Amino acid sequence: MIQSKKFDEQKTIHNLKHYLPAQAPLKDFIHHNTLHAFQEKSFHEALHTASDFFGYKVYLNLEEYRFQYKARKINNSIFERVIVKHKGIENKEIWANILLNKKFDETLNPQIGSLRSHWKNNFKIDLDSLVHPLLFRTVCSYLDQGVSIWNFPTNKLGFLSSIREIEKNSYNSFFKTKRVKSLLTQESISNRELLKILVGDESLFEQYIFDQQFSHPGWSGIVSVIEENPSTLLDARKIKLEELITFELLLEIDALDDHFGEIWAPLGMKVDGKIRPFLQEVKKNELFEVYSLWQEIVEWNYYDEVLCGLAQNKQQESSENVTVSFQAIFCIDDRECSFRRNVETLDKNCRTFGTAGHFNIEFYFQPEHSDFHTKVCPAPVTPKFIIKETENKKKIKKDFHFSHTTNGLIAGWFYTHTFGFISAIKLLFNVFAPSASASSVSSFKHMEKDSLLTIENINGEVDKDGLQIGFTVVEMADRVEGMLRSIGLIDKFAPIIYAIGHGSSSVNNTHYAGYDCGACSGRPGSVNARVVSFMGNHVKVREILKERGILIPDESQFVGALHDTARDEIMFYDVRVLSDVNYKLHLENKLTLRAGLDLNAKERSRRFLSINTHDSAKKIHKKVKLRTVSLFEPRPELNHATNTLCIVGRREFSKGVFLDRRSFFNSYDYATDPTGKYLLTILNAVAPVCGGINLEYFFSRVDNQKLGAGTKLPHNVMGLFGVANGIDGDLRTGLPSQMIEVHDPLRLLVIVEHYPEVVLETIQKNPATFEWFENDWIKLIVAHPDTKSFFLFEQNQFVPYAPFTLAIEETDNITSKIESTHENLPVYLLKNN
Amino acid sequence: MDFYLQLFVLIPLIGFILTIVIPNNEKIISWVSLSTVGIHLLFSIGFVAYWLFNKHTPIDLKEFSIYKSDGYNFFIDLYFDKISAVFALIGAFLTFLIVAYCRTYLHREEGYKRFFSIIIFFYVGFNFIVFSGNFETLFIGWEVLGISSFLLIAFYRDRYLPVKNAVKVFSIYRIGDVGVILAMWLSHHLFHENITFQKINDASLVHEHLLNHSYTGVIIALLIFLSAAAKSAQFPFSSWLPRAMEGPTPSSAIFYGSLSIHIGAFLMLRTYPFWEHQDSFRVLVVIVGIATTIIAILTSRVQSSVKSQIAYSSIAQIGIIFIEIALGFDNLALIHISGNAFLRTYQLLVSPSVVSYKIREQFYNFVPHTKSIEESWPKKLEYSLYILCLKEWNLDSLMYKYLWNPSKKIGGRLNFLTFQNIYFISIPILIIGIAFDLNQEFISPGILEYLPVFFAFIGLSCVFKAFTERNSVRLSWSLVILNHCFIALAISFNEHFDNIHHVWYLSGVIVSGIIGYLCIQRLRKLEKWISLDQFYGHSFEHPKITFLFLIACLGLAGFPITPSFIGEDLIFSHIHENQILLALFTALSFVLNGLAVIRIYARIFLGPNAKKYNGKTQRTL
Repeated sequence: MIQSKKFDEQKTIHNLKHYLPAQAPLKDFIHHNTLHAFQEKSFHEALHTASDFFGYKVYLNLEEYRFQYKARKINNSIFERVIVKHKGIENKEIWANILLNKKFDETLNPQIGSLRSHWKNNFKIDLDSLVHPLLFRTVCSYLDQGVSIWNFPTNKLGFLSSIREIEKNSYNSFFKTKRVKSLLTQESISNRELLKILVGDESLFEQYIFDQQFSHPGWSGIVSVIEENPSTLLDARKIKLEELITFELLLEIDALDDHFGEIWAPLGMKVDGKIRPFLQEVKKNELFEVYSLWQEIVEWNYYDEVLCGLAQNKQQESSENVTVSFQAIFCIDDRECSFRRNVETLDKNCRTFGTAGHFNIEFYFQPEHSDFHTKVCPAPVTPKFIIKETENKKKIKKDFHFSHTTNGLIAGWFYTHTFGFISAIKLLFNVFAPSASASSVSSFKHMEKDSLLTIENINGEVDKDGLQIGFTVVEMADRVEGMLRSIGLIDKFAPIIYAIGHGSSSVNNTHYAGYDCGACSGRPGSVNARVVSFMGNHVKVREILKERGILIPDESQFVGALHDTARDEIMFYDVRVLSDVNYKLHLENKLTLRAGLDLNAKERSRRFLSINTHDSAKKIHKKVKLRTVSLFEPRPELNHATNTLCIVGRREFSKGVFLDRRSFFNSYDYATDPTGKYLLTILNAVAPVCGGINLEYFFSRVDNQKLGAGTKLPHNVMGLFGVANGIDGDLRTGLPSQMIEVHDPLRLLVIVEHYPEVVLETIQKNPATFEWFENDWIKLIVAHPDTKSFFLFEQNQFVPYAPFTLAIEETDNITSKIESTHENLPVYLLKNN
Repeated sequence: MDFYLQLFVLIPLIGFILTIVIPNNEKIISWVSLSTVGIHLLFSIGFVAYWLFNKHTPIDLKEFSIYKSDGYNFFIDLYFDKISAVFALIGAFLTFLIVAYCRTYLHREEGYKRFFSIIIFFYVGFNFIVFSGNFETLFIGWEVLGISSFLLIAFYRDRYLPVKNAVKVFSIYRIGDVGVILAMWLSHHLFHENITFQKINDASLVHEHLLNHSYTGVIIALLIFLSAAAKSAQFPFSSWLPRAMEGPTPSSAIFYGSLSIHIGAFLMLRTYPFWEHQDSFRVLVVIVGIATTIIAILTSRVQSSVKSQIAYSSIAQIGIIFIEIALGFDNLALIHISGNAFLRTYQLLVSPSVVSYKIREQFYNFVPHTKSIEESWPKKLEYSLYILCLKEWNLDSLMYKYLWNPSKKIGGRLNFLTFQNIYFISIPILIIGIAFDLNQEFISPGILEYLPVFFAFIGLSCVFKAFTERNSVRLSWSLVILNHCFIALAISFNEHFDNIHHVWYLSGVIVSGIIGYLCIQRLRKLEKWISLDQFYGHSFEHPKITFLFLIACLGLAGFPITPSFIGEDLIFSHIHENQILLALFTALSFVLNGLAVIRIYARIFLGPNAKKYNGKTQRTL
């Protein structure tokens, strides 16, 4: 390390923010790549670096990989092929032996923390335990969104300034000693000066701040997120990461002064080179090579099977003379994978599609009785439109258990003597006869069924924030056209086209936002489904679409709906607009969809050990619904667990293959999009949304302690924006263990049905999207529409990939397969699909 | 009918033994636990109903004597009255519901079996206390409650914070234990027998004994209050309660929301007839109750985490309950206890829902800032109080400053002791001591008088060092054993000391000591190196040694699983009323050696294991 290194505070903070967890407050929980900071590096190198910097576990343990091999879950030819590919045929034996037998010490010795640990080693003082409790408590109270009754006496100027004001006007202090008090009152005090006292040696300042902030990445992360995006808190707070650092430095000096008196040597004088240099490039290391090879092996072991399945799939072109009963557009979400298959099995004449669940319409939604609006499109998009709800007559239910008065003195006394006994009865019912209550979250409550929406903008009305209220006819037509073209639905319209969004219901679930639609920023997709149906049914919109070459017959009508993925229920919106003929058809379709949901519940239940999957679909469905209102059920659904694939292509391309709820589906017809215009839009959403989901599951699974949130059972809600363990812990980011325990950490494989040269050109158009593929965070395969052969994207080009000719089992009884195991199922070919 | 009383403690005890021996299968475990508590609930309802419709007068059942000699009788005694009835019903009802709740809630959680064993173990202790008819029986339950609390807070034993907080809470509980031990000792001298609660209810008997010993009466009352206050998180012990919320939410709900936290109030209700005529004591209870209530209510108002807010609100209500008890409103207190228990349990159970509930409420009815009452106070008062509440009135740091840091300082003075020299130093002293003991007639009475205190002091020093030792596990463990030996020696100088009492006392200690030592040696062999300087989490790889060592720890700490437990009580019965210093040293020894062994257990076996996590984990988890 260069000793003369100057400390540039702004740069350090900028750098620090880059590496801190970027998880928003709970209400805005959106899946993202946990290691986004390393995304500019290629996947394996990035993982190694992240692990070496911060001590994250980034792969499974060797034993877990080896166990899969020993349990014969890994195809030996894949095992050898991966080794040969990366190490050459001549080293096959050596590396196979290393992978299988060599002993490694898997202990991580990260770069982070080596400087600051000298307080403990050389000064025999445990600064963390002296500083953290008060620090976390103070920050949490400052940011609190409504847990406390007596709020932090904040002022508008920010965190430090509020603390200064309290400190000036009180008889006591946050601190124990005198020096820091006077330091705090100097408005101009800088972190550099404080670091000079604490650390002394300027070349160590940056490292010290990193060590310090990464001893509580959760709290630092949330401060950084709120600084960047204050509106993520309903009750906005002004705070900066550098203020948090100042306060923490002051508390540290305070603790040291209290312990040693005012005279002590700065840390820098007592480290004499016994520290690991920091943020240094990592050197190649055999263990990490072994990890990466194993990871590739388990991934290709699955990918190859899927590709075999797709290659052997007899793509049955829909014959011309069949009358299509209905068309249904679902969200791309992997949870709709099995629902669609089940509906298709029940009604061979229906057609299903998949697209990102905001249905290509970007806006904010403002429910009635609310002053706030909420984004209902992918997180990176900033909409210019707002849609308001009116005529909502429902009132929200109340529950005294959450009321502040129960914690008051007199009222609390009164409550405990009276309502306390009601609690006992409530508890009894909650344990033995659970039902929906004020504490539960229901996707259907997001928007009231019979309310009105301000979808159309006629006179250019704008709301107080400058957002346009509703869309003009042309704007509507643009969006409907975009969606229809991207999924290749431009002719042969059925009498009814359903747009089915999705959401989820649960209770006692702090991560509820992560269960809803990712393409709608963690909200249910009901509003979007209703809005797109309204637009599709709009006479003037149809006129414009007709001019643009999409003729929707007058008999065809759109219907919006919401699928609750936890309860497997469906709700339809605005069916009153249907013609009499269509209404009758709708009633039939409704039965089909409902039956499909029963089957779907049964299929999902195979992962729930407490449900007997052999029971009838109806019976299981009841139990599945019960889970969503049971306080004691930590797994109302398993969300995206096991997600691994994203297929972008026609339904025929994959319809005959059983993929076990592991695939995102985006409908796309290469024939209608020869230049890849719509493909780009699709991939722009697929990469961050599906890739983000996939990688968040990946990292939460491999390191549930540091990158995940650990078990949710002991979680304590902090200020309504995060969870921690106990009362003095760090905020937990990532996913709780209950969400990821059945997940296999495999990267997302995107399979696009198109010509390789078109795809190659398309993906390079958007650098942000390209990065995901270029650096291997998402694997990309192209299926050639004519030759049916596969091409793998590797080192910026497409190279042919031939799957092993593995015979994929064909089955006509998928139900018996589903009933057979709790584990992952292999790929099957479906007979008579 | 009296006969059935013993079923109240037997049913959970059998259930507990079953949960230990059954195979590790979720279905079987939850079924056994649920049936145990279910049967207990039905039985409680039936019993209470029968009792109410018949005579509803208190029942006392003298179970059996475990040890008897002249003037001393250690017996199990059960007692039943309306207080037991209320606590039994709340306990059975809530435990049953929580066990049913956890059946599903803990599905697939590591330690499923351990969890249910601890819950049922806790329930055993709870029932022992609630149905106890004398201090000895109550103390059995008291100890079980303490250790099960420790195990449950440290349920997530592979993380740092739960283990740290479990040790912290245990140390406060231990203060409660010393109160009960000394109260037992003094009441033995006061009544010249192992007094039952039924007899305490006899006002004339109590009055007669207190007549000439009013001073002793006050001290006993104070000791009882000390124990009750520690167990019920009253001032100045309040800060442990929020820190105990480390286990799975339902276990926090039942332990710290409802049952465990009200046990202090139970003790006050149970001993009420004893101190009812001590007006100044009652005033003290009221004052402490008021102080607790004010501090807790203000502190709860600034809490920004859900569980700590519920914890402090609950403490505030318990403060009021203490006042109600002191004022003689026992029925009101019982209603209050039930209501508070139900309300807090439910609030804690639904606490994760607070996010969606409150965010929804805010989203629809946003009121940017509601002024709380404090904001109308003078600014300087408001801000000062705010800081004070944010820091929890410094209660947590005060415990450190005045209790644990001085112990550490004393222990630090004894750094010359090492595992290599400890036996060379202590064994000669012991031998000399025994020689003195056997030849008392040659020693001048002036010196003889001080010998017990002297040896007790050496014993106490041993345990101070054991408690603060940072490296050698064997040294720390040996010192705890030596502590017992010195205490036994000290007491033998008191006349009429029967050697059989030594056998009672030391048998359990020696056996446990050897088992523990063997565990340590085995672990040293397997792991090459063990130390006490941090939490090592060896339970990850050696669960069996962990379990065995825990049993050894309990034995060595005089837990009611070996004869040493009775021995402890016997030892005390030989301390004279005027040997206050000796009693104090002995009592302190017991407190600290319990703490020392639990500390050894926690440091070696609990906490994050480097092998499990491929290196260190964050200490903020």
